[in-house]
Amino acid sequence: MALLTFDTAHKPRQAYTSMAVLLAVMLVFPFVAAQFGNSWVRILDMALLYIMLALGLNIVVGFAGLLDLGYIAFFAVGAYLTGLFASPQFAALLESVVNYHPELQDAIVRTFGEDVRTNGIHLSVWAIVPLAALVAALFGALLGAPTLKLRGDYLAIVTLGFGEIIRIFMNNLNDPINFTNGPQGINLIDPIRIFGVSLAGEAGSRATVYIGGFGMPSVNAYYFLFLLLCMVSIFVTSRLQHSRLGRAWVAIREDEIAAKAMGINTRNVKLLAFSMGASFGGVAGAMFAAFQGFVSPESFALTESIAVLAMVVLGGIGHIPGVVMGGVLLAALPEVLRHVVEPAQQALFGKVVIEAEVLRQLLYGLAMVLIMLNRPAGLWPSPRKEDRPAAALAKDEKEESEA
Amino acid sequence: MSEIILNIAGVNKRFGGLQALTDVGVKIAKGQIYGLIGPNGAGKTTFFNVITGLYQPDTGTFELDGKPYSPSAPHAVAKAGIARTFQNIRLFGEMSALENVMVGRHVRTRQGVFGAIFRHKAARQEEAAIRARAQELLDFVGIGQYAERTARFLSYGDQRRLEIARALATEPKLLALDEPAAGMNATEKVALRELLVKIQRAGITILLIEHDVKLMMGLCDRISVLEYGKLIAEGLPAEIQKNQAVIDAYLGGAH
Repeated sequence: MALLTFDTAHKPRQAYTSMAVLLAVMLVFPFVAAQFGNSWVRILDMALLYIMLALGLNIVVGFAGLLDLGYIAFFAVGAYLTGLFASPQFAALLESVVNYHPELQDAIVRTFGEDVRTNGIHLSVWAIVPLAALVAALFGALLGAPTLKLRGDYLAIVTLGFGEIIRIFMNNLNDPINFTNGPQGINLIDPIRIFGVSLAGEAGSRATVYIGGFGMPSVNAYYFLFLLLCMVSIFVTSRLQHSRLGRAWVAIREDEIAAKAMGINTRNVKLLAFSMGASFGGVAGAMFAAFQGFVSPESFALTESIAVLAMVVLGGIGHIPGVVMGGVLLAALPEVLRHVVEPAQQALFGKVVIEAEVLRQLLYGLAMVLIMLNRPAGLWPSPRKEDRPAAALAKDEKEESEA
Repeated sequence: MSEIILNIAGVNKRFGGLQALTDVGVKIAKGQIYGLIGPNGAGKTTFFNVITGLYQPDTGTFELDGKPYSPSAPHAVAKAGIARTFQNIRLFGEMSALENVMVGRHVRTRQGVFGAIFRHKAARQEEAAIRARAQELLDFVGIGQYAERTARFLSYGDQRRLEIARALATEPKLLALDEPAAGMNATEKVALRELLVKIQRAGITILLIEHDVKLMMGLCDRISVLEYGKLIAEGLPAEIQKNQAVIDAYLGGAH
């Protein structure tokens, strides 16, 4: 990591150059990757969403030190919110309401117009994104409130439970009122439309998005949107980190009692960490739903929470560049493996010996074990811990004891 | 007697079957260094924790600078104007010395999420003021040159100083120190003593728990003695030294 540094406080020039170079690479990437097939860009799209998730979780786990094993719940909240308010699903909801509360149905139809009955609600992305952030933040606070006195393992268990509760709710909230369409999931979610341009491409365009006279595949359009959102996330989380609030979070992580004694209202500050973290998950979820056009409870299993947590821990807990790297590695590498392993085996042995999925799990586990053994602070931890090698430390102590 | 800064009376605290504090109270005049001594397990730290909101008292009246305050939550007590240090040092280990003190400014500053993200003028000014004040305080306690050091890498004596600087950052009316000299050698104790006098001169009242009777006698303006959760003596250091009850408490009654 010697070449790339993002330490704007100490090496601003190098840091801004690194950022510019990286941004340039990121901007060109999809056009290069698209030469080898859209699926490569699609992998990157998903990786960017995971990076957003990892950045959000990093606020909770990395900064405030609150181990959250149910983070994917907020992703689910954002995704299902989009499913409900940007697809025909609301029509199905109304249909289910009519048997129980006809007056409620009338009220909804009166508010949103007769069209709701057949087409559901279709909010624009400008409404969906803030709404997803807000609702997820609310759920974050809801989850946070009962766990305020818990730490470490206990907190992890409770948040794990919360994550599962949300998933099971999504699975079962199709009756008596059909909010989520149950295990079948919600289909036909609107693609994102920005200033009248659909990022999925217009009908008959073969998934090509035209901006001005310039056309590009739909996955590329999403790529740029997600890249922008990731940049916003990085900007916001790093601003938060280096602020009065960020310091309060770290103080709570380091010593909660001392933080209280220093006048930090730990209840509010922790709830804020949960909410802020959750809001990133909510936005990522909304993007996911619109990108896929489909959500179902399967996408929000416990393993997903663990995967996001693994990105944070493996990359470098509490260190934003590290977390981003962890996200890229863990989200993209398995997919790359999937594309590479089987053809490689075909070429080498003439048949597939180990399936990509099996190998993926194997390597994933192996990587985690090796990294935790050799680099427990993550692949790219905060620089401070390494800036003081043991030798310099011993020297200082010697001087002090002599003084 | 001059103005009373801290007036606490009738504090009772029971842990299950153990009466940890029985009708304990102190009256501390502004600008004093006030000592609280007693044998191990006498309830000194319990009393401290009650004053600073870490433990909830069963009864008691609490007044700071003429105004009643409620020791219901530590952060509220810090806001009211009592800052404390801990017997076993509790720093924010992974943060730098400067950041530790900057955290102390939290309670006197107010920028939230909006200010953090947009860094508008008020937010930038506040942040700069926090940083400047924190550096000033580090200089004041004599570890200004270690501002960028990670707190847990500081020497023991410097960690004690850092904890005091962090407490001072909350702009306390009363600084409560729980055994600040614990584990210090003679030289460090002399330096600590100088620091405490310096803080006193800056107009901050100090409440001090300590085991080192020698240090306390020379330093404190008044002393209270606790034994088995009860006050057994209160007065000038010279009076305390001669008090038979105190001598019995420390040496055993049958000496």
